[in-house]
Amino acid sequence: MQKVGIVEVAQSAGTESSLSLMEFTYKPVKEVLDKVGMKRDEVDTYILASTDVFHSGMSCANAFDWDAAGAFMKPASREEGDAITAFVYGCMRIMSGEHDTALVVGLIKGSENPENDTLTSFVADPFYSRPVGIQETTAAAMQMRLYLQRYGITEEQCAKVVAKNLGNALFNPYAHIKKRVSVDDVLNSERICDPLKALECAPKSEGVCAMLLASEEKAKKLTDKPVWFKGWGSSMDTFYLGDRDLLDTQLKTAAASAYKMAGVSDPRKEIDVAEICEPYAFQELLWCEQLGFCAQGQGGKLIDSGVTQITGALPVNPSGGVLAMNPYVARGLYRVAEGALQIKGKAGEHQLDKKVNTALAHSTYGFCGQWQGVVILGS
Amino acid sequence: MVEQKEKPRKVASMGLVPYEMALGPTWTKFFEGFKEKKILGTKCNKCGRVLVPARPFCPRCFEPMEEWVEVAQEGTIVTWSYVNYTYFGVTPDMIPVIAATIKLDGVDCAMGMSTRIGGFDIKDFDLVTKKVKVGARVKSVWRRNRQGNFRDIDYWKIIE
Repeated sequence: MQKVGIVEVAQSAGTESSLSLMEFTYKPVKEVLDKVGMKRDEVDTYILASTDVFHSGMSCANAFDWDAAGAFMKPASREEGDAITAFVYGCMRIMSGEHDTALVVGLIKGSENPENDTLTSFVADPFYSRPVGIQETTAAAMQMRLYLQRYGITEEQCAKVVAKNLGNALFNPYAHIKKRVSVDDVLNSERICDPLKALECAPKSEGVCAMLLASEEKAKKLTDKPVWFKGWGSSMDTFYLGDRDLLDTQLKTAAASAYKMAGVSDPRKEIDVAEICEPYAFQELLWCEQLGFCAQGQGGKLIDSGVTQITGALPVNPSGGVLAMNPYVARGLYRVAEGALQIKGKAGEHQLDKKVNTALAHSTYGFCGQWQGVVILGS
Repeated sequence: MVEQKEKPRKVASMGLVPYEMALGPTWTKFFEGFKEKKILGTKCNKCGRVLVPARPFCPRCFEPMEEWVEVAQEGTIVTWSYVNYTYFGVTPDMIPVIAATIKLDGVDCAMGMSTRIGGFDIKDFDLVTKKVKVGARVKSVWRRNRQGNFRDIDYWKIIE
């Protein structure tokens, strides 16, 4: 199969922007094209990711997204789940041999819509869950309770994730939340949905991420340092929380597929950096277990050991992760972009102080991680 | 296309559009049971599991579930959260709420998606942590006027 390389990426920062969605989207897309020296019509195909109804309110992706991304009069398609799949669709179009270049864009202006929990209550089914007020945070809090109870994970260990990730975000110019918080700050923040505290929940952010992909031959012409797409796995669980063991998610399945495709046999040793999607702090620990970074129930000890710190052997979320920057839908593409920048050595102030050959990017959506996706990138 | 320092002009937008979603025969029968204070499940003839809410087909075996069974109204709390904050659509008079998943006796999954614990002063968080626990026993308390929907179960009472 045709190899696919990430040529170039551009991101926007997460703070509220005065620009319209059209202007806000145009900027990173134009930045990528300018860096590579291409015109919009020279790109073979476009894949966008956005959610135009609840997380945008405009309900008219066709009116803005295509023009803003320069994607009209082209083979273009749009994804509504998570932008990490838009990345994979772009790769697949190149792997098919039909296209040499693909531009992938995830876009959202989170500041323009109501609270995430108002919106995610519409993700709950209208017959059983929505009438009793279930939404993403309520569901996550129930998952956290089980996690603490079954494995003896402490609230302090969960709070450490926030202190670590927001600390890392201070060095990422694209992160939304810029403040240093201590473990005590997190533990003392409002118990909005016990056992979840306010500081353990991701914000809602602006975010446009644009990424140019190319076939092996083309990628080598367009950049000195392409980052290669090595592996992918995803899996979707059933919907009802009552039908699932909330601590046994489909991430194990997704990760196993991605590792097999990329030829990774010992993720803990072979992965140099992981950018994972943790809209709720405890989920970083749980996802680390399911990615095989430690044994089941050992996520608390993993963060205590310091391994996942930016200076550790396996840094997790050196960008600050989703706790620092949560552009819903686009957030998965940000994880891939951060992984690619680390391999390129262009992450800036949060560049890891070691050689990065293999990066893992993860995203998730749905209650308690119903859907899970894992991408492996290589140098 | 440079950022403005002053607050940008914004256009306010609020959408209100009606939808009508079919419950279908299986869930209609399930909620008709609520009117008579009955909790109905369906049994899979292949794997033998009893699921509540009732399902038209077994999600795992992917075979129709045509056998109906009335299930117990007592069970145990699998997990819970204490919802105590507001957001658009949730006003201060609507909180706190204890959301929970409940595994009814003889049923092979936890109750639907979620339901609510009550029957005591749930504003008293210390009292809540004393009474509400993973594994605690609960029993359904029905509303007087039942409409055939999920709110017919007023709350789940902790069995001391």
